[in-house]
Amino acid sequence: MARLVHPRRALSTNPLKTSAPLGAAMAYLGIAGAVPLFHGAQGCTAFAMVHLVRHFHEAIPLQTTAMNEISAILGGGEQIEAAIENLLARAKPQFIGIASTALAETRGEDIAGELRAIMERRPDFAGLAVVHAATPDFKGGLEDGWARAVEAIITALVPAQGGATVAGQVNFLPGSHLTPAEVEEIAGMIRAFGLTPIILPDISTSLDGHLAADWSGTSTGGTPLAAIRAMANSVATLAVGEAMRPAANLLAARGVPARVFGGLTGLRATDAFVTALMELSGHEPPAIIKRDRARLTDACLDAHFQIGGLRVALAAEPDLAFGLGSGLTAMGAEIVAAVTTAGQNPNAERIPADEVIIGDLGDLERAAAAAGAQLMLTHAHGRMGAERLHLPLVRAGFPIMDRLGAQDQCRVGYRGTRAFYFEIANAVLAQSHRPRPEDFGAARIDQEFEHAPDTPPAPH
Amino acid sequence: MAEALKHQIEAAFDEPACATNRAKDAASRRKGCSKALTPGAAAGGCAFDGAKIALQPIVDAAHLVHAPLGCEGNAWDNRGSASSGPELYRTGFTTDLTEMDIVMGQGEKKLFRAIREVIEQQAPAAVFVYATCVTALIGDDIEAVCKAAAERFETPVIPVNVPGYVGSKNLGNRMAGEVLFKHVIGTLEPQAPGLCDINLIGDFNLSGELWQVKPLLDRLGIRVLGSISGDARYRQVAMAHRARVSMLFCAHGYVNLARKLQETYGIPYFEGSFYGISDTSDALRTICRMLADRGAPADLIPRCEALIAEEEARTWATLEPYRPRIAGRRVLLYTGGHKTWSVVSALQELGMEVVGTSMRKATPDDRGRVVQIMGTEAHMFDNMAPREMFKLLREARADVLMSGARSQFVALKARVPWIDVNQEKHEPYAGYMGMVQLVKTLDRSINNPVWADLRAPAPWEV
Repeated sequence: MARLVHPRRALSTNPLKTSAPLGAAMAYLGIAGAVPLFHGAQGCTAFAMVHLVRHFHEAIPLQTTAMNEISAILGGGEQIEAAIENLLARAKPQFIGIASTALAETRGEDIAGELRAIMERRPDFAGLAVVHAATPDFKGGLEDGWARAVEAIITALVPAQGGATVAGQVNFLPGSHLTPAEVEEIAGMIRAFGLTPIILPDISTSLDGHLAADWSGTSTGGTPLAAIRAMANSVATLAVGEAMRPAANLLAARGVPARVFGGLTGLRATDAFVTALMELSGHEPPAIIKRDRARLTDACLDAHFQIGGLRVALAAEPDLAFGLGSGLTAMGAEIVAAVTTAGQNPNAERIPADEVIIGDLGDLERAAAAAGAQLMLTHAHGRMGAERLHLPLVRAGFPIMDRLGAQDQCRVGYRGTRAFYFEIANAVLAQSHRPRPEDFGAARIDQEFEHAPDTPPAPH
Repeated sequence: MAEALKHQIEAAFDEPACATNRAKDAASRRKGCSKALTPGAAAGGCAFDGAKIALQPIVDAAHLVHAPLGCEGNAWDNRGSASSGPELYRTGFTTDLTEMDIVMGQGEKKLFRAIREVIEQQAPAAVFVYATCVTALIGDDIEAVCKAAAERFETPVIPVNVPGYVGSKNLGNRMAGEVLFKHVIGTLEPQAPGLCDINLIGDFNLSGELWQVKPLLDRLGIRVLGSISGDARYRQVAMAHRARVSMLFCAHGYVNLARKLQETYGIPYFEGSFYGISDTSDALRTICRMLADRGAPADLIPRCEALIAEEEARTWATLEPYRPRIAGRRVLLYTGGHKTWSVVSALQELGMEVVGTSMRKATPDDRGRVVQIMGTEAHMFDNMAPREMFKLLREARADVLMSGARSQFVALKARVPWIDVNQEKHEPYAGYMGMVQLVKTLDRSINNPVWADLRAPAPWEV
């Protein structure tokens, strides 16, 4: 267990955290025909939208109740109603996910109550599913916002009594730290065992980056509402990330037994998942899964030369930091500097480091320098610190606004772990260094022996 | 709302030099120009966003956001203002207010400590402190905290009270101008004020655009004394009151500041632009004429004309080879920044056709100018819904969209080239060399073979 350290200071330098409402919006975008709606001032939405667009390189439908100085003081219930009405007319969504911002929550507004009253007095909203998650910016980060949104969806849309179970149907709750490609990879593994996953939320079909035939004002993929209602009939729930445990528990309360996997990066972590799939399906893994495992074990042999003993500085939200961190330490790397965003997630303490700072990228930079880290692993905002410390930066998490293909990064399962190990090893190999006598304290070769003594010595 | 804040907003809106404002009656003038936002159909940044855009380019200052995480955490290191020196402005500083801070009412104390920490760690030229929705709502008195901190730590600490709920980005721009005028400008004197010192107001040196123009100013011996705020050092803002002429890039955001500099310090201003060939020449001409009027050497004007003649000839010669590659192609222009129209006239001279232009933020003067450039009002439109724009582009009624990032995917998803001409853009398009850059970008984009491939049917659609 790592020791959690809370630095005593008032100033946060270079935030690691992304806001909770943004995490909720991302989860809502994994529902079919969705428009996320922030209850707050319009700037909250503009910032979040720009952030999401730059990461995914996609049009992001995200709207705001546009609170003004009057609703900031008197309350914004009417703004919510007007927003739903306007969205219904313009974008024709099937689903609206509301995320409250710090502004609305500081007022202490009863948004759930307002929403109930609105839905009761507006029969014209009847065909529309509207859910609400409390996600003030002052509490938690992206991971928490995502989890609150998934909980809100389950609470509102999955019936309390399921009825008959559907053989082979499995609920899959991916955490916010999983990319669209990772969600797809894990779903593929589930399907390989002949099981049928219902994925909530499913960003692998909405935020995967695809060109549709027509323009849409809503998400262009995601979990269909009917599938969400059917979750109560599944034989099991598989959740990935400790942040998803409360959501898994909600399904357990609806009669579906749940299993939570802390992370799926690394040989043993994936083995545990495959074991669970073997139990659930009653089958041996298909040949392709066995083949992928054989490839990963071979990759471990190739990459352990670079990763063994590698001193890594890691900053991410708890689930991602735990997943990637334990994948690296399994290969002999050392997490010499670790920063995460909050201590409530049990995975924060499980990050394989002596000490985990609840802090920001300023903390990471200081700790990485002090510990002599050789590689930095965090989101793209780590770029300035990595540059100052002359460290290779491997980008993981959100946002990655300065590289393409963030949605395609896959570092889970046998295949994803293999790619991750090669990625880390290659980042080390890219720091090519040709040995020189002065590296070892030896004097340079005498000038007398040089062919052309007048030419200036090679720079080093 | 605090009286001081209310007063600040009124001051920002009641602008005698603003043409739109002048055209209103007294009652609607008092109401200000913030339009009521439509819930569920609003777009764009808030007042805090606008203020941050305007002030963050001051590169040697620390910009400290007193707010819960979302305001800075979702927005830092996300703007393209370039610096020729210090990088401090790119560092994200925030008090990251937690639930506990808010419930316990510890906002002001935390802010004071954060100011102390940032000054001790970074020794910034100044600290700009931004208060946003939550800190305004809980009533933190940031003016008082900043005043106390400035005295205690002997560093300028400037309060920027811009809760997002008071209005749009544009209001934030104006409020930033008011803040600079009240707290910064006039607090330092230049060592050697010159007769060719100017202010540039409302340019943020995005992608280094200022440096595309600076060689021209260098050759004329013109110094940018005050910059608000592209590549600005804090001292450059503090000394802006000693410039001889102000060039105003964006009247919508900063006319109030330009007017106050004129009224208080006698600095005449003009509105100009460095986008497009003719506007660049006009701006240089106007700067030189106004400087000469105020006592700069008289030969400045003929030297300027010689420079313009040389640069224009060279630019057109450079552009000529591109004419056959872009002539006859149709441009749809969707941007609030009417500065782009000067670019349009150059594109038209190269044989491109403008099939439509947005007039969203245009004043009546702007409208007249567009008619002049385009020869007709036929292609003007106000707002265009994304779906409608998609249809227009998908039906290939335009060959390229020039717009801001907001409509980027409308074009791309319709399989039509898109050129970013707003503040998020990554390529600099200012001055004569910027125009060449823009045409190169257009050529590269329009004539990319990928568009034909993308529009071709899939094997199973044939």
